Amino acid sequence: MSEALHLELHALRPALLRFAVLQLRNDAVAEDVVQDTLMAVLEKPEQFAGQSSLRTYITGILKHKIIDVMRASKRVRQFDVADDESEDDVIDALFKADGHTIDQPRAWGDPDATLEQKDFFRVMEICLEKLPAKTARIFMMREWLELETEEICKELGVSTSNAWVMLYRARLKLRECLDLNWFGNQASQSS
Amino acid sequence: MRFKLTCKETHRLISEGLDRDLSIYERLLMRLHLTVCDACTNFDGQMALMRKAMRNLTIPEDGKQPRDR
Repeated sequence: MSEALHLELHALRPALLRFAVLQLRNDAVAEDVVQDTLMAVLEKPEQFAGQSSLRTYITGILKHKIIDVMRASKRVRQFDVADDESEDDVIDALFKADGHTIDQPRAWGDPDATLEQKDFFRVMEICLEKLPAKTARIFMMREWLELETEEICKELGVSTSNAWVMLYRARLKLRECLDLNWFGNQASQSS
Repeated sequence: MRFKLTCKETHRLISEGLDRDLSIYERLLMRLHLTVCDACTNFDGQMALMRKAMRNLTIPEDGKQPRDR
């Protein structure tokens, strides 16, 4: 087993843990998942050989381990999002009474150019951390773990229409944070 | 549903379209709205970018806590 890989994995551990906690919202379970993830890489380091990036590779393994844990857990969840919802509804706040937007969403420009920038993903992580816990959880299940809505509803015990609204709210919040903390700055820098 | 969608309805359909198959009718109404509405077109682009970004989201290079910066 190569010493270099060991060191590299060690360096990635805090970030892995952060992402696992963000999704699982349980420190102990997240620790286990990260441990399993690191073991999986260490047991078969040859599988990584030739992959473009260790981070990409290990993120893929982490996602699979998280999904395994979610599916295996037979604990009945009471997923009540009511406590995530604030008084001023994030949806209504965007629109006038006639259904028009109050502020027109700005164009975010070329997605590929944005996604090439490492700092963008930094900002996105911060924005995900700022989401209310349950909102972040369902959003990441859908968009990061790429689970189907049907499975998410089963896991969380929510109706599909409820899930759609929760995901919509999550998107609006994340959008607002990205717009403020990334795209807003980008616009002022280039002008 | 009426023939014309509001921005509020269109925003919601854009999001739901990421989670379920929209009906042909919903898609048609949405298209019609998007051809005349910059606000919703921009929103649609923002949602597409977010989806792409989330799918590309990997753990960052170092273990630094972003909130410490």
